Amino acid sequence: MGRIVARGLGKKFRVYRRARDQLLEWMSRGGKTLHRAEWALRDIEFEVSDGESVGIIGMNGAGKSTLLRILSGTTLASEGSFEVHGRVAALLELGLGIHPEFDGWQNAALACRLLGVDEAEISKILPWVQEFSELGEHMNQPVRTYSTGMQVRLAFSAATAVRPDVLMVDEALSVGDAYFQHKSMSRIRAFRAEGTTLLFVTHDPGAVKSLCDRALLLEGGRLVLDDAPDTVFDYYNARIAQREKDAEIEQHKDAEGRSTTRSGSREAELVSVVVDDEAGQPARLFRVGAPATIRCRLKLNGAMECPTVGFVIRDRLGADVFGSNTFHLDVESHAGSDGDTFEAEFRTVMHLGPGTYSLSVALHREHAHVDSNYDWWDRAVLLEVVPGERAAFTGVAALPIEAVVRRRPAEG
Amino acid sequence: MLDGLWRYRSFIASMVRREFQARYLGSALGALWSVLNPLAMIFIYTVIFGQVMRARLPGVEDGTSYGIFLCAGLLPWNMFVETLQRCTSVFVDQGNLLKKMTFPRAALPIIVAASSLVNFMIIFGLLLLVMVLLGRFPGWPLLGLIPLLVLQQTIAVGFGVALGVLNVFFRDAGHVVGILLQFWFWFTPIIYPLSILSDRLQLLVSLNPMTAIVDAYQGILLYDRSPNWLAILPHAALALLALAIGRAVFRRLAGEMTDYL
Repeated sequence: MGRIVARGLGKKFRVYRRARDQLLEWMSRGGKTLHRAEWALRDIEFEVSDGESVGIIGMNGAGKSTLLRILSGTTLASEGSFEVHGRVAALLELGLGIHPEFDGWQNAALACRLLGVDEAEISKILPWVQEFSELGEHMNQPVRTYSTGMQVRLAFSAATAVRPDVLMVDEALSVGDAYFQHKSMSRIRAFRAEGTTLLFVTHDPGAVKSLCDRALLLEGGRLVLDDAPDTVFDYYNARIAQREKDAEIEQHKDAEGRSTTRSGSREAELVSVVVDDEAGQPARLFRVGAPATIRCRLKLNGAMECPTVGFVIRDRLGADVFGSNTFHLDVESHAGSDGDTFEAEFRTVMHLGPGTYSLSVALHREHAHVDSNYDWWDRAVLLEVVPGERAAFTGVAALPIEAVVRRRPAEG
Repeated sequence: MLDGLWRYRSFIASMVRREFQARYLGSALGALWSVLNPLAMIFIYTVIFGQVMRARLPGVEDGTSYGIFLCAGLLPWNMFVETLQRCTSVFVDQGNLLKKMTFPRAALPIIVAASSLVNFMIIFGLLLLVMVLLGRFPGWPLLGLIPLLVLQQTIAVGFGVALGVLNVFFRDAGHVVGILLQFWFWFTPIIYPLSILSDRLQLLVSLNPMTAIVDAYQGILLYDRSPNWLAILPHAALALLALAIGRAVFRRLAGEMTDYL
């Protein structure tokens, strides 16, 4: 029970230029090929033993979700074969999708039937679903009136009401409030302790680290690494940095034409902006509390004093999280002539909450870029902060924190 | 495939039950709406064709006959249309479910066929009630309805499944079916008796497989006449053919459906 074996799995999608081409191809009965084959997955080979929990990580479009869809049986593989032993519960996408007009009870009951729960058990399960999902009176409302968070709560509760032999989760949990995420995670942990095999697709290496015995890394539809979560995590991190570096060069070229992300008089200009990790390697992914060094290289287009170099880190909503510059930091200034290059280095520690952040960098005179803006590079680097060794917390600021509870003598 | 479906019978049964509830209990007037709709149609046709246009059925002179004639053809035809159209769109409509849940895909057309049969039986039950009140209950020939219903549902489901699967790949299929059914309706002697057509047209309309089926319904309800099974025999072959086509298309393509939803 709970064992999963994949042998040479592959998934091919046919891409047609026009809707008409597909019909023409069919009518030619194999005579014409008007599609382009796109392999979303190829040569996927792995085995998961009973009770093991495995994380599947990879960038967007790596084939993670396709793999899960094949293993859960909603999509056919184009080649290869697989076995999944035991009762499977899969949370593939948001919500249950049974019927938006039916209420929460009916959707949950139908989902349980689809998951193979027998009739007698369903009536016992439903009150539990209401309780765990904390939907209360909303259970009597049609599901179309639910928020996405509520749909996730209902779907998760219904799918996990009875412990499955295999649980497949596809990032579905990343939607919804932090409270329910934690609640569902602890349920998944409990299942794992009871011997449920877990297959977990995520963007979040932190979750893999804390939940999985093993991680699979997919890249461009191939299985590139199958190892301990830490090993895979580090490799993934390096790959992201590499990839973003390539992308950055393109972005840079791109930005030269566009005034929205780059602006300024260009009396001095930024040549490159990178953020290095502890090892001195350019990185995009940082654990909470990891050291980071921002390096900005600049070039003078004329004889002038080396300008102030400033940066600001913003959260995903664009709110300023932290910013500083060489003027405020009292960095010794240099005189320079045309063509001179300088490098400004800011050494900091990522005391930030998990999430994505953007780094914008500017060159200007004195203390603020309103004064005289030479070069302003908006969102020069995108950073991702993932949970690290630190105890879990919420918010963007990782403040130093200690807690203690003391017994006090009763008052009065 | 059938074994898989059997395991999901409670899912199928409760989907049919929920659809029934959603249709009949969702609105303030509930069940009334699904009766009012065909009733309005029958009323219009009866008044316009029966009274204003003075259409009389050959050999039958009283006022209620045309109404019964109309119902006898229209109610089964509506079921045929409902089954065929909903089968055509069922995989697209339930795309969300197909992408999220694993279950035998053939359950969906079965739910459609069962739902439309339930609807038919409710309205048809009302018609029988009215006929009893009018003292025109047909008696034993009524049993002839059962094979007729099985035949027409099989034809509708067979072609419907084939079209439904194709509709996922080419959304045009749904539109084609809609237009086709409009012509098909007027090419079937439902609101007019076959005998009012010219000989050449009669021959043409007789080639329409629904003609013999509708004629059999009209025979049962209007003239207490058991169907001419010999005329229906080719339809059994047609039903088997439809089922074979539906099955072949389904087997060949159903697995790829989720890639296109």
